[in-house]
Amino acid sequence: MKLFPIRGGIHPAYRKQATAEKAIVALLPLPARLYLPLQQHMGAAAEALVQPGDRVKKGQLLGRGVGPVSAAVHAPTSGRIAQVAELTAPHPSGLPQLTIVLEPDGQDEWAELAPPIADPFAADPKAIKERVAQAGIVGMGGATFPSSVKLDLGTRLKLEILLLNGAECEPYLTCDDRVMREHPSEVIDGARIMAHALGAPRIVIAIERNKPQALDAMRLAASAFPAIEVVDVPVQYPMGSERHLTQAITGQETPARKLTADLGVVVHNVATARAVHHAVRFGRPLLSRVVTVSGGAVKEPKNVEAPLGTPVADLIDFCGGLSETPKRLVSGGPMMGQPLPSSEVPVVKGTSGILALTTAEANERPTQPCIRCGTCVTICPCGLVPVEMAAHIRKDDLDGAAAWGVMDCVSCGSCSYICPSYIPLVHYFNYAKGRITAQDRERRKQDEVKRLAEARAARLEKQAQAKREAAARKAQAESPAP
Amino acid sequence: MLLAVGSVAVMGVTLGVLLGAAARYLAVEGNPLEAELQSLLPGSQCGQCGFVGCAQAAAALAKGEAPVTLCPPGGKAVAEKLAAKLGVTVDLSEHEEKGPHTAFINEALCIGCLRCIQECSTDAIVGANKQMHTVISEACHGCEKCFKICPTEAIVMRPVLVSVGTWHWQKPMPEHATQH
Repeated sequence: MKLFPIRGGIHPAYRKQATAEKAIVALLPLPARLYLPLQQHMGAAAEALVQPGDRVKKGQLLGRGVGPVSAAVHAPTSGRIAQVAELTAPHPSGLPQLTIVLEPDGQDEWAELAPPIADPFAADPKAIKERVAQAGIVGMGGATFPSSVKLDLGTRLKLEILLLNGAECEPYLTCDDRVMREHPSEVIDGARIMAHALGAPRIVIAIERNKPQALDAMRLAASAFPAIEVVDVPVQYPMGSERHLTQAITGQETPARKLTADLGVVVHNVATARAVHHAVRFGRPLLSRVVTVSGGAVKEPKNVEAPLGTPVADLIDFCGGLSETPKRLVSGGPMMGQPLPSSEVPVVKGTSGILALTTAEANERPTQPCIRCGTCVTICPCGLVPVEMAAHIRKDDLDGAAAWGVMDCVSCGSCSYICPSYIPLVHYFNYAKGRITAQDRERRKQDEVKRLAEARAARLEKQAQAKREAAARKAQAESPAP
Repeated sequence: MLLAVGSVAVMGVTLGVLLGAAARYLAVEGNPLEAELQSLLPGSQCGQCGFVGCAQAAAALAKGEAPVTLCPPGGKAVAEKLAAKLGVTVDLSEHEEKGPHTAFINEALCIGCLRCIQECSTDAIVGANKQMHTVISEACHGCEKCFKICPTEAIVMRPVLVSVGTWHWQKPMPEHATQH
C-alpha cells in the first residue's frame, strides 16, 4: 500500500524493551477495594444506580450514561458497594470526582449478561451500537470518547475506511503491541464488527514498523479477510494521532475543526476493537484493560490486564514495587500522558500506561531564553508556529495565539521535547486551550442569561398588556350606556 | 485677491450646505457607542450597577458618567473590554476577582414567599406559594438580587467550584525564574 509522508514529528527513544517481551498478566490479586469514577470518559458523567451497602455481581451496571455523549460503568467483580463519594480523580488537578467504591467478595460471580449477538454481520448496525453503548466502551487509546457515538458517524457521513490504530507511537507503552500479538483474532473480529456498524467497506490496520511480531500476528489473523489490509507505517512520533495516521494512509489532511470522518475515515484503537468483540460475542461489558506498568523506578515492569478501579499503588506493588521515589508518576505515555496526583488513584478506561519515571528519565531542566532557532516550527506535525504562539500566550494575548492557530494544536509535545532551551511550549498551549475553552463556556452562559432575561422581559410586558386591556374592557363595560 | 476670497467663500458655502443637509438626512438615532457598550455588558438587567438595566448603564458609560468597573457580574473581563472600547486606562490591579457565584436555597429555611421568584431576572428560581423554592444553577448568573430580598436568609451565594471537567492547566511560571 502506498503511504504518504506526514509533516514534522520526532524520534524519541522507544524505551519499550522493558515490557515488549512480557506477556499480559491477568492474575492480579484482587485489590481490597476498587474505585470506579462515574466519569472515565469524555462527555457527561454517568449517574450512579447503586447505594452503599448494595451487593452487586460482576458485570452489573453501576452507573448509567446520561445524555447523548456519556458511557456506562459496570462492576469489574462481585462484591459490596462500600461508598459512593467524592474521591480524588486520576487527573492532574487532583480534584475530587464522584466515585463508586466496591469491596470485592472474592466470589467473582457473574451477573446475567446480555445474550451474544449470534451473527453480528447480519445484525442491524443499530443493535451493535446499542450493545457497545451498553458495554460502556470508550476509546481505549487514551482519548476515552464513547465508542458507540463514534460508531454512529456512519449514519450521517459516507465512510470508506475503518482505520484501526495500532501505531502505539508513545515511548514505553506496549499494551497495544501485546494485545495484537496475543489476541489478534479478537482484534480482527472486533474490527470487522465495527466496520459493519459503520458501513465502511475497507479496514486498514496501521502498525508502526518497530513492532514486527505484532505485524506478523495481525497479518496472519487477517489473511482470511480480503477487506482487511495490515500496513506497516514508519516509526515517527506522533504517528498514532488519528489525524496524522489518516494522512499517512490516505494522503489527505484533516481540515481544522473537522473530523477524520469528514474524509471518510474513522479511527479506532486496537484495544477498543477487542472490547467490542467481547461485548458483541459474549455480552461482556468493559471491566478491565491492559496497562503497561513501566519506567525506571518500577522494579519489574509488566503488562497487566487490570480490573478497572484498581488503585495505581496496588498495580505498582504487583510489579515488584518501586526501586526509588519516582520524579514523575504518569498516566499514559511520557509524551502526552498526564501526571497523577498520587498513587492512590484508580486505573480507569483510558489508562494505557502507568509510568514511574526517575529524575534522569523525566529530564527536567531550567528554562532558558528562546534563541529563535525555529526547530519547533520545523517539527510541528500540525504545521503551526509554536514559537509565535508561546510568545503571544506569555503576554496574555490569547486572541493573538488563537489567530496563530493554537486551537489546532494536538498537544503532542514534540515542540517541548525538541526545544534546545527547554521551554515548556506544550504547557503554554494546554493552558491557552483551556483558558479559551473556559472563556467560550462563559460566553455561552452569558448569551443564555441574556436570552432568559429578554424572554422574561417580553413575558412581563405581555402580562402588563393583557392587564391593561382587561382593565380597559372592564371600564368600558361598567361605563353606563349612553 | 478678490478671486481667492471669492473662491474660498464659495467653497465654504457649498460645503456648509452639504454638511447641513447631511446632518439632517443622514442623522443617526441615539449614540452608536451606547449600543456597542451594551453588547459588551451581560444583558441580564440585574441592576447591581445602580442603573435600571444594562441599556441605561451603557448610556451612562457613553457619557462618561459611570466608571468602567461598574458591572459586578461582568468582573474584570468586562471592565477590561469596556476600557478598551472607551479608550480609557483603568487600574485593575486592586480589583479583587471573586469569581462566579450562584445562589443556593437552604430548603429548611425557605418559607415559600415567592419574593425571590419575582426578583429573579433570568427565571432561575422555581417554586410555588408556601412550597420550597430551588435555584436552577445553570440559569443563575449570581446577581444577588434574591440573596438580598430573602426574608429568612435562606439564600446563600456559593462560589462555583472548579471541577475535573472545567479545570485547565495554569500558565507556566515566568521563564528564566529558575535560573537565578
